[in-house]
Amino acid sequence: MRKPPAWRGPGLVLVALAAIFAVAPRLYSNESVLFTMMTFMALAQGLNLLYGFTGYLPFGYVGFFGTGAYATSLLVTFTSLPVIAAVLLGGLAAVVVGLILGPLFRLSGPYFSIANLAASQIIYNVVANEALKPITGGPYGIKIEHVYAPTASYVTMLAILLAATALAAYFRRSRFGLGLRAMHQDPISASLAGVDIVRERLIAWLASAAIAGLAGGAYAWNLSVFYPEAVFTLQISVFAIVFALFGGVGTVIGPLLGAALLYAFYAGIGVSAPQYFELLYGLLIVLLVLFLPNGLASLLTRRNVDVL
Amino acid sequence: MSSEPLLRLENVGKRFGGMTVLHEQSFSVSPGEILGLVGPNGSGKTTTINVISGVHPPDEGRVLFEGREIQGLPIFRIARLGINRSFQVPKCFRGMRVRENVEVAATFARRGAVDIDAILAETGLASHADDIAGSLTVNQQKMLDLARALATNPRLLLVDEIGAGLNPAELGGIATLLRGLAARGIALIVVEHLLDFLNRVTDRVIVLGAGRMLFEGSLAAASKDPDVVAAFIGG
Repeated sequence: MRKPPAWRGPGLVLVALAAIFAVAPRLYSNESVLFTMMTFMALAQGLNLLYGFTGYLPFGYVGFFGTGAYATSLLVTFTSLPVIAAVLLGGLAAVVVGLILGPLFRLSGPYFSIANLAASQIIYNVVANEALKPITGGPYGIKIEHVYAPTASYVTMLAILLAATALAAYFRRSRFGLGLRAMHQDPISASLAGVDIVRERLIAWLASAAIAGLAGGAYAWNLSVFYPEAVFTLQISVFAIVFALFGGVGTVIGPLLGAALLYAFYAGIGVSAPQYFELLYGLLIVLLVLFLPNGLASLLTRRNVDVL
Repeated sequence: MSSEPLLRLENVGKRFGGMTVLHEQSFSVSPGEILGLVGPNGSGKTTTINVISGVHPPDEGRVLFEGREIQGLPIFRIARLGINRSFQVPKCFRGMRVRENVEVAATFARRGAVDIDAILAETGLASHADDIAGSLTVNQQKMLDLARALATNPRLLLVDEIGAGLNPAELGGIATLLRGLAARGIALIVVEHLLDFLNRVTDRVIVLGAGRMLFEGSLAAASKDPDVVAAFIGG
């Protein structure tokens, strides 16, 4: 039997994602829920690029998201750049922050995670500082309502989600990804195999930062008026981590499934009955840790199904 | 066998904190030669291998490979130059398949094409090619370490206690394999406690004691050297 071409699986996932979110607004009127679902799917996938393929867990992942949101908003406010260019530069701003934070990789395990969290809080406190009110709006937030365009920002977020998923598929199936997987399992043996682990890890980190920065930019465009807490709240990191883990990190479809299912659950009862949501959400996490530590995708990998 | 040394250590020293674990080590290895490294536990055998392979850069002295200083280079650069190793406690990619373990090295080492099937056959892992590496026995994982190293087309191979836990037949197979590698021009440094095994692969050994080189010469002569005897049994 002929082996299917390597791009077929990723291609099908990308086409399915694009089709679902292109058609969904016609079937479900609350486009805001769909937009936020895409945002968390992109963030879970972006986090997966780092955590799923290198094992470094960035608790402060929201820092890149907030950086992208503010960089985009400031460019829209102070320059005449098209919004889409501002979103792209928001992604670039997150990459620059990622480069500055590169030395955090001297740390490992929880030390890296906590240092990353601290870095995100530093960015938040700078942006939300009263002294920067003339530039960032300080604690009073920022407004770019003159460029508010829900459909264009929706399409942009979909494009970012597709880009994040294409990157995850590349990480999963490419020579580069083979090196990442080896490094994740044993960095010294990977080095002995010839893998430049510093370079590979940095690329994964910057790709992950770029996705969060781009998502932050598109999110800011869609909100158009927001306080700093809205794009720097730790809950964004926590959701991205839990959603990715629930679906299964290190895979392409896991974070997408995890984010879609859990965010749908959140949108369903999280706002109307938050007490039940918290209860069930906690229970779900306990069950996940106990019975499915490798996420939903492991239901298939346990049966030797080659999960993308 | 060429007389030009492939690897030369010049006054190499290594400290961990206040403790000096290698003192002024100087020796060389030529292409196709097998050098045995013996000594009691804690004598610095594995540290010597760690220093050569870049896992722990030396604090003093020079490590020259084909005349070029390599101390301080990152591990992957040293591997791409043609130095590789196996580990006493195997360090394979446990969640990956056996073939993938070897493929990583064949892909990233950039040292020319290698025949992965031939390497798996040579190391006795052909029938396990599709197994998850973590499911192999410890001895098989040691062979997988060796297979991963061979997939980088090494010119110098550092083998750390590969014989521990093997039965006589398996030891015979490993001895034949190591001699075969040397016959192909690969230089080997073999760390081993099993002196009978070492005797089957080489006649040149360096004996270490407390990080110092106590003796260099044949294994037979080493057993009569008073410093060596003192290091092993006290005195």
